[in-house]
Amino acid sequence: MYRTHILVCGGTGCHSNNSGKIREAFEQQIIERGLDKDVCVVGTGCFGLCAVGPIIIIYPEGAFYSCVKVEDVPEIIEEHIVKGRLVERLLYHEKALGNVAVKSLAETNFYKKQTRVALRNCGVINPERIDEYIARDGYQALIKCLTELEPQQIIDILKASGLRGRGGAGFPTGVKWQFAKNQDNDTKYVCCNADEGDPGAFMDRSVLEGDPHAVLEAMTIAGYAIGSHQGYIYVRAEYPIAVERLKIAIAQSREYGLLGDDILGTGFAFDIELKLGSGAFVCGEETALMTSIEGHRGEPRPRPPFPAVKGLFAKPTILNNVETYANVAQIILKGADWFASMGTEKSKGTKVFALGGKITNTGLVEIPMGTTLREIIEDIGGGIPNGKKFKAAQTGGPSGGCIPAEHLDIPIDYDNLISIGSMMGSGGMIVMDEDNCMVDIAKFFLEFTVDESCGKCTPCRIGNRRLLEYLDKITKGQATLQDLDDMEQLCYYIKSNSLCGLGQTAPNPVLSTLRYFRDEYEAHIKERRCPAHVCKNLIQYKITDACKGCSACSRKCPVSAISGEIKKKFDIDQTKCIKCGQCIATCRFGAIIKE
Amino acid sequence: MKKTIEDINKIRAAMQSEIILRDNTVADKEIHIIVGMGTVGINAGAREVFNALVDEVEAKELRGVRVTRDGALGTAENAPVIEVHVPGKEAAVYEKVNAAKAVEIVAGLIKA
Repeated sequence: MYRTHILVCGGTGCHSNNSGKIREAFEQQIIERGLDKDVCVVGTGCFGLCAVGPIIIIYPEGAFYSCVKVEDVPEIIEEHIVKGRLVERLLYHEKALGNVAVKSLAETNFYKKQTRVALRNCGVINPERIDEYIARDGYQALIKCLTELEPQQIIDILKASGLRGRGGAGFPTGVKWQFAKNQDNDTKYVCCNADEGDPGAFMDRSVLEGDPHAVLEAMTIAGYAIGSHQGYIYVRAEYPIAVERLKIAIAQSREYGLLGDDILGTGFAFDIELKLGSGAFVCGEETALMTSIEGHRGEPRPRPPFPAVKGLFAKPTILNNVETYANVAQIILKGADWFASMGTEKSKGTKVFALGGKITNTGLVEIPMGTTLREIIEDIGGGIPNGKKFKAAQTGGPSGGCIPAEHLDIPIDYDNLISIGSMMGSGGMIVMDEDNCMVDIAKFFLEFTVDESCGKCTPCRIGNRRLLEYLDKITKGQATLQDLDDMEQLCYYIKSNSLCGLGQTAPNPVLSTLRYFRDEYEAHIKERRCPAHVCKNLIQYKITDACKGCSACSRKCPVSAISGEIKKKFDIDQTKCIKCGQCIATCRFGAIIKE
Repeated sequence: MKKTIEDINKIRAAMQSEIILRDNTVADKEIHIIVGMGTVGINAGAREVFNALVDEVEAKELRGVRVTRDGALGTAENAPVIEVHVPGKEAAVYEKVNAAKAVEIVAGLIKA
């Protein structure tokens, strides 16, 4: 029996920060010191606080070590494991508490306000070991469904729980399953949308990497509920760790007879196949995703018919997002009332967000619906770094919008976000401070959708490109106020005429920034000025009198635009300057400014 | 090997005690046992005490009991020393503990 568990994060963030090597070092040195009977080393999924990775957690203390390097391994073993003393210098330091060392993960502000349902096993179990999932009540929900519940009862539980699709649109999951169950057809399919494509979103990836069996179990339950015997998981090939762990999980489930014919001796048959997507954003749209699974080019088709009637291979199909599935087993086990007790009136349960951008605690958080944006950003996220001011948070990726500071106290749920011009989306949340230009942000997202438009319908293919041209003109200071009005008109035209969700939501970033930050657009047009000093064509770099004439900037300038005499004020040749910002980064006297 | 429902439940029971250590309970609701493991403590058998405590927690599947190590506690002549923190009560200090006594202490906690 192991008395000490060393948990090493194996999520993508920590993994690319060498956590694999750290795990190997622990394993090797534990054996070398003869401690392998007492101490086990476990690779887990994401702990969430990616900003301070690689993360190591050692139980029974629950000691939370952050930013660990391979060189630190011998010290941790010698001090913590052998002598029983915490390695103070590696403990996570909570800035909000005056930079004191926090001993355990549960004590951090980051964790205290979270409620983990979909992420309950992430960072707790070894995702490559089915037994650990079983120990955490894994597959108990499936057993309950197969032995105690009729398919209709399962769907009734889901309906009563109020679970809504976590992929973005928020369609009630139980209702979706009911549609598919009502179809009279021998062949039906259960699909999982793991084609997470929003810039800055990594929720589904983390669930797959940290707890793949939760998705497999829920899909099997779905198969039983609607009368399907085949499932497909559509996952992007760019998620190699997720794909690998899914493959391992499927193999283990088949070995245990949790997938395949006659599951657990109950006579029910269900199997799951992986389909790798090559990264087209449009394939996250349900009809395009199914077209892609069928082996065709991933293009959407008009709805109706909806997938529940005529989906994959023209058979009734349900398609749910990874995070939606991750909630299902818990709802079956703990009951609809338990789930419905969390959240707001119309949005139940919890939601996972991927925090990114200008925020201290970049990472993965799961909060009850109805938590305010302020709590997420200031308490859990640790606020904006470098003392900057919060400007807006972007949710919903390229389909969503910006939430300005005035709405910081709005409780987050599906309907509230839509009412303020954004959307839940899959859960990416990008925080922006005063240094972000909102026109530039809108342009960034639109560039993304223009690239990713499949080209099937004209409003999306050409309309979005025209829209981008307007934005380009604005950021170059060449637009007129007439352009601004025309642009807004075009947005509404694209929204109402595009074929699929991608085009219908593509103008949202533009519309929401126009709604809350129209003054910034007007400053670009009327005054030829970028208030955040981002748009290159509208700013100039200048050297002020604080210049000591050290020449450091002129040596760094890649285009030799800076010249002057030593110990006298230097000067920037505006015709040569490419506004790369190297000089500002180099200057030790803060003598170079943007205006 | 294909499993039956009983097999799955057996695996669950066997594995639960193995990973019970990782239950990250809320700090102010759990019983916290600290074992003083300074040099003197280790010499006097603190490691055996610590191991016995952890084994006992696992064997009895006690949730919300956390056993941790710390530096030297109490005076050297009374080592090994353990401190037991029960929420809402003053910390209890036990001196000259051995493995058998540690098990006894845990048993006392469950009753209380």
